Amino acid sequence: MSEQPVLLDSLQMARFVARGFLRFDGVVPDEINRQFLTEVGEAAEPEPGRKVMRAFGELLGQAEIPEVAAGAPLSATYPQGSAIRRLLDLPLVKGAIESLAGPDPIFDHHFLHVTFPPAYHEAGGGENVSQHTHQDSTVDPSKGFDLQIMYYPHKVTREMGGTRFIPGTHLRKVSEVALGRYQNMRGQQHMVCEAGTLLFLHNGLWHGGGVNHADRTRTMFKIRMNPSEPQVRRWDMTTLPAPNPRPIFYVKSAQPETVESILMAPEPWFEQDTGRLEFVNRIKLWRHLSGNLGYDADHWMSRLENPARA
Amino acid sequence: MTRQKVLVLYLANSALDSPVVAWAVYDGTGETRPMAGDNDDPPYRTGADALRDGWRLFQASQILPHPRGEEFDLAYLKYEFFFEQLVETVA
Repeated sequence: MSEQPVLLDSLQMARFVARGFLRFDGVVPDEINRQFLTEVGEAAEPEPGRKVMRAFGELLGQAEIPEVAAGAPLSATYPQGSAIRRLLDLPLVKGAIESLAGPDPIFDHHFLHVTFPPAYHEAGGGENVSQHTHQDSTVDPSKGFDLQIMYYPHKVTREMGGTRFIPGTHLRKVSEVALGRYQNMRGQQHMVCEAGTLLFLHNGLWHGGGVNHADRTRTMFKIRMNPSEPQVRRWDMTTLPAPNPRPIFYVKSAQPETVESILMAPEPWFEQDTGRLEFVNRIKLWRHLSGNLGYDADHWMSRLENPARA
Repeated sequence: MTRQKVLVLYLANSALDSPVVAWAVYDGTGETRPMAGDNDDPPYRTGADALRDGWRLFQASQILPHPRGEEFDLAYLKYEFFFEQLVETVA
């Protein structure tokens, strides 16, 4: 019998709402990482004239990862004893999924992302480039979100590229790779990490695969899931503090880390005016997830919703 | 032969001397191959710094009003400036 889930606390939830991701380094045991890499298998050596996509297709075909239609319960997606089933049963993973996606999420899709080193591109006559930055799926105006898990089963160095993502971009309503023109943004991060690292992503977070300059393939496994019930008050609610408005603008000393300080922290790429609209949109998401429709941080909504000036 | 290099800067507001928050480079000479994620540091601090370094501005985004009811909707970066350099290359 698997252990009880470890739910996220309120500060972790606030970080996810503000930045669109939570990162857990090296939390998947090595035994599971090794099992997963064995289940995936190795890519065949590069051959002159063989395109990268063909080598990739062969690898996808041999991997012991099930083909699953969208809409199945996530709990029924992976066989007992498989590496991914064991990963999903880790208390931290179960707790993060329940906190963010709610109980009994629905499997959407998964994919084995493999980024090939230069030798494969040279052999196949293709160009070794990074993936354009994009938001997954399509324009998504819904109030809640889908959860994506990115699993890094082996160590990733900077030379290997890593997943690039831009914290805080998840609340923008854009159309997939329409934003591909933005090659670089201030504050962008690259997933350089130890084996067994997990990234939990809001489906709106802008990201792309980095170019691999190393001499081995880079592997990342992604699972997307949909909530089956409203994502309201699913985290450890005993950690939710009572609202405690803080001074704004004219502040004489550093203030403690709170839900409000996290929600009101800007990102380096923020434009000066729309950065404030990002704060408003974070407050709206926190209202939805906490079930407190009157919640505010730093007076942004109270000022706008003042009934005296409606 | 003349080839074009293009620099796209996204600034923190509509002023050309405001800070760079995002950027892209496209090199028509083929000497370099800029791509997504290739640099974590902006090439210039502001758009005006690019002008001083010889880049010619040829397009700037408009400042548009906010449709009623959509005032808080955010999508693409707002303050986009296109610059170019014309470079002589060997045939």
